[in-house]
Amino acid sequence: MNRLSMDHGNHAQKTVESFYQAMGKRLTAVPEGNCPLNLSLAFLRLCLSQSCGKCVPCRVGLDRLAKMVESTLEGKAELKDLAIMEKTAQAIWDSADCAIGFEAAGVLLEGLRAFKDDFLSHIENHRCSMDFKAIPCQEGCPAHVDIPGYIALVKAGRYADAVRLIREDNPFPEVCGLICEHPCEEKCRRHMVDDAVNIRALKRFAVEHAGEVPPPPSAPATGKKVAIVGAGPSGLTAAYYLSLMGHAVTVFERRRKAGGMLRYGIPTYRLPDDSLDREIGVILSTGAVLKTGVEIGKDITIQQLRETYDSVYISIGAHADNKLGIEGEETEGVLSAIQLLGDAGEGQAPDFTGKNVVIVGGGNVAMDASRTARRLGSKQVTCVYRRRMQDMTALPEEIEGAAAEGCEIRTLLAPVRIEQENGKVRAIILQPQQVGLIEKGRTSVKNANLPEVRIPCDVVVAAIGQKVDARHFEEFGYPVKRGLIQTGDDLSVQGQEGVFSGGDDVTGPATVIRAIQAGKVAAVNIDKYLGFHTELPSEIDIPPASWMFMPACGRANTTLRPAEECKNDFEMMEIGLTWEEAQQECSRCLRCDHYGYSSFRGGRKDLW
Amino acid sequence: MVSLTINHQSLQVPEGTTILEAAKSAGIVIPTLCYLKELNEVAACRVCMVEIEGSNRLMPACDTVAQEGMVVFTNSRRAREARKINTQLLLSRHDCQCPTCVRSGNCSLQDLAHDLNIIEVPFEKQIPKNTWNMDHPLNRYASKCIRCLRCINVCEKVQSLGVWALNGTGEYNKIEVKDGADFSAAHCALCGQCITHCPVGALVERDDTQQLLDAIDDPDKITVMQVAPAVRAAWGDTLGFTKEQATVKRMVAAFRALGVDYVFDTNFSADLTIMEEGSEFIERMTHPGEYPMPMFTSCCPGWVRFAKLEYPELVPHLSTAKSPQQMFGAVAKTYYAQLLGVDPERIFCVSVMPCTAKKYECSVPEVNDAGAGRDVDMVLTTREIGRLLRSVHVDIASLPEEEFDQPLGIGTGAAVIFGATGGVMEAALRSAYYLITGKNPDADAFQAVRGQEVKGWKAKTLEINGITVRIAVASGLGNARRLIEALKRGEVQYDFIEIMACPGGCAGGGGQPIQDGCELAGERGEKLYVLDKELPLRFSHENPAVLKLYEDFMEKPLSHKAHQLLHTDQTKWRL
Repeated sequence: MNRLSMDHGNHAQKTVESFYQAMGKRLTAVPEGNCPLNLSLAFLRLCLSQSCGKCVPCRVGLDRLAKMVESTLEGKAELKDLAIMEKTAQAIWDSADCAIGFEAAGVLLEGLRAFKDDFLSHIENHRCSMDFKAIPCQEGCPAHVDIPGYIALVKAGRYADAVRLIREDNPFPEVCGLICEHPCEEKCRRHMVDDAVNIRALKRFAVEHAGEVPPPPSAPATGKKVAIVGAGPSGLTAAYYLSLMGHAVTVFERRRKAGGMLRYGIPTYRLPDDSLDREIGVILSTGAVLKTGVEIGKDITIQQLRETYDSVYISIGAHADNKLGIEGEETEGVLSAIQLLGDAGEGQAPDFTGKNVVIVGGGNVAMDASRTARRLGSKQVTCVYRRRMQDMTALPEEIEGAAAEGCEIRTLLAPVRIEQENGKVRAIILQPQQVGLIEKGRTSVKNANLPEVRIPCDVVVAAIGQKVDARHFEEFGYPVKRGLIQTGDDLSVQGQEGVFSGGDDVTGPATVIRAIQAGKVAAVNIDKYLGFHTELPSEIDIPPASWMFMPACGRANTTLRPAEECKNDFEMMEIGLTWEEAQQECSRCLRCDHYGYSSFRGGRKDLW
Repeated sequence: MVSLTINHQSLQVPEGTTILEAAKSAGIVIPTLCYLKELNEVAACRVCMVEIEGSNRLMPACDTVAQEGMVVFTNSRRAREARKINTQLLLSRHDCQCPTCVRSGNCSLQDLAHDLNIIEVPFEKQIPKNTWNMDHPLNRYASKCIRCLRCINVCEKVQSLGVWALNGTGEYNKIEVKDGADFSAAHCALCGQCITHCPVGALVERDDTQQLLDAIDDPDKITVMQVAPAVRAAWGDTLGFTKEQATVKRMVAAFRALGVDYVFDTNFSADLTIMEEGSEFIERMTHPGEYPMPMFTSCCPGWVRFAKLEYPELVPHLSTAKSPQQMFGAVAKTYYAQLLGVDPERIFCVSVMPCTAKKYECSVPEVNDAGAGRDVDMVLTTREIGRLLRSVHVDIASLPEEEFDQPLGIGTGAAVIFGATGGVMEAALRSAYYLITGKNPDADAFQAVRGQEVKGWKAKTLEINGITVRIAVASGLGNARRLIEALKRGEVQYDFIEIMACPGGCAGGGGQPIQDGCELAGERGEKLYVLDKELPLRFSHENPAVLKLYEDFMEKPLSHKAHQLLHTDQTKWRL
């Protein structure tokens, strides 16, 4: 017998690893509406399977907790049992010897509080309070686009129908095909097999191959007039659907062109002007009238607007910038990302040739600003962030892209002051940081015991978030809280009859698809407010689900032009899927609109 | 057309055909359990699994569309194993109390287990508990439910009510009354369509058979039975009788063999209903502005419940005439008690109905006016009477035919067709024509209202002596809802509307014998039209027993007495 030997692991152990991987994949794609108690039970059982069995709280406690959750699911528990469960979980949390026990109890404890209503529903009514959702991607998409439907249409080569189908829920298929954050993919059931279907890329593929697809004809004119304030994605979405419903829509935009953040926040190498203009063209071809260069609050008051129109939708977005709040911020050469990207959108981008540029921030906007600065001829672009790389809110591929284009990303650095010379930026001084406790799910940072860092530069771009400028509306008595316009779930503004609001100005800076969702919700509720119940019928038949099951297969990703090449221009950066790749991606779709719960309930809805 | 092979047999089927239907067309049987064509194609039981060449997994035949060049094996080892295991899994959570189950011998799960040669279940039995209040006319055994989801779909898709729903995930998923509501608050019409579409004994009517046996054995009680029109079209099915064996007269003999004192016919009171309801309609028609129009029929308690629950604003539009069942009860405990010269309290009135809602109707205080307990003491469904007939161990097939008792056993052809959709309307029109013109029409003049519309309703505009009458007929509550919504939107206008809750009318009633997977309303309704044609009297206003009743007791249609006994104030009768 050797005193020491190499452990290669046996087949069983290796298979266990694959179990863990499978579990991880499954958890990625938990269907919406899953019973949280059932999940808690499974979680406890999993934790218990990891217990060595030495200590009482973990060995016995987790099992008893599991049994109590089980009896709750079986409708046998009483109200007092809820208190016992909570006390027990607390005791395990307090007294287990290792993380296997106390973390399990901690998670359940949180669950007992977070899903209390569902626990009560099971105890009092012997039923689950959740509603199982059939199509994960469609549920994950804020605009609830019929994703399996358009994937089937792409597979069948019916690209124009795919675009029509998408437009039934989202009038921006081209924009979203290029830049949507695709929350749908997070939920994709295909995760359980291998990886999410590349939904966004298939949308792009559909649009690219569809040719010109005019919108459907609008319903007969209703004689009602609706004003929309702000021609961003939310305002234009509302305009599209309201026009189709037969209402006379006028969209007011303070800037020179429509598009909002799509034009003035997203760089053209991700969303070319052509694409955006084409999409806006389709929306306006429904009959909506666009009036640019009109600012509500300056050229006309919201009150005047309200008096002239039957209903008003406010979708002004979040275009004001957050300040760094450090010494030297007013120096020439300090600007905000909003300003930089906005000017670029106007075609008036500054020339950074030969300049050293520092971007402050870690979100997608910071990456866009970095890469834009790169393209404006900077000698050196450095993106500084006060937390770690994994704490950045920017998508990983955005961070990688920026890095590939030569933007240096430096983390754990918090700006302290800006050094100037002759009124111009000379350097930014940063305080190194150290990660600390995780608070409310976010890793905090504190000053590290290290000397300040000085980065010489000519330009500092603050990309640390945007805010809403709702002062004008506040003056007219609109409810504004923490800078955001307050609305009900139907997006109606309380106390302002017939006025609705949605998008970034209500939620704070969010995604394009969220703004589109708001536009759609607003359109339906404005239509209702105007005394109608207009339904926009769907006439696209979806190809039936195929019986073939695609075995585990890699996800086809879009690719990028070489960084060396595209860091110098504002041309489209991403390369879409080939026909073969698109076909393969389509085949990976599990058609949750047909298989599983959908063949019973929650399948295709033809109307909103 | 699509070409494929199933079990080496080449066949061609139209595009869009499922493997199951394709196989059926070639005489190849693939076992199914949850499947109901067009109604419940949910692929939940996974019994119809088949192997398809090129697919690494089995596919459900019911839910997989045949494609060009497909090579299918319905009986491969893999398919048979999966089918068997899935059935055993179902059995492991089904309370297999077969000997004491009303569906024994008529249960799709039992048949399937038998056909698959399942003689043991290798899994632990875990049977859900029954928590249902069995006093309801409609009972549910969670312990027998196999979650085929048919009840949910038939209620929602056909009846547009959605009483049933699915709740919870995984092993805790169960059928519940929608939103977990109490059943009595669930807007259930009690039509019983969920029962007739249940493949097992999970949904059943409340069993009241013992109550009848007790009454028969009670020497103080005179048991008076009425038999609804549609029962005669289906009663023999409960005994496996041929058409020749299951005659109306043998039915009378069989029921009498149970020991009841008098076997009467609801046809008598159906004719009476026509006299009252027809007169009411003419009164409403000829006094425009005085009454809410259109007038709806009120003989179907499922429909009346539906109207009161879903469209309370329509209640004044319901005819005030009671249903034939309740008219019969009111007459039995007044007029007939007088004829017999007995205390009405001694009369025990039992009806045999194709219907589960009738069990509820007889308990409604507002339709009980004779003053001797309930006008109708109890209701048995066609299925229950079938069970009783089996239990008496009489060779019913050999019983000589017998006549209904007199006088409440006399009915016309107009009454027989009450049991099919359009029948009430046709019967009413036959007599309305007479009442307006003074002469009989051709008895078959109004047959345009016959037959079932799967989705929608039948409508017709008639001209009788210069009076234009716009009529509509709908069966199935989903169709009733469509019709009402169209009325409300002002798209259609009618004067007189017949609605029956069950698709095809009482012939397809929720209390009728079950043949899983078969919709027998059409076939059974057809039998009623044959009977109508064979009868010497085909007009309600010619029913001599009804005429005698008016002469001796009820005076005339809509008389004060008739109002007292044969009508009800629909607005007072709330749910």
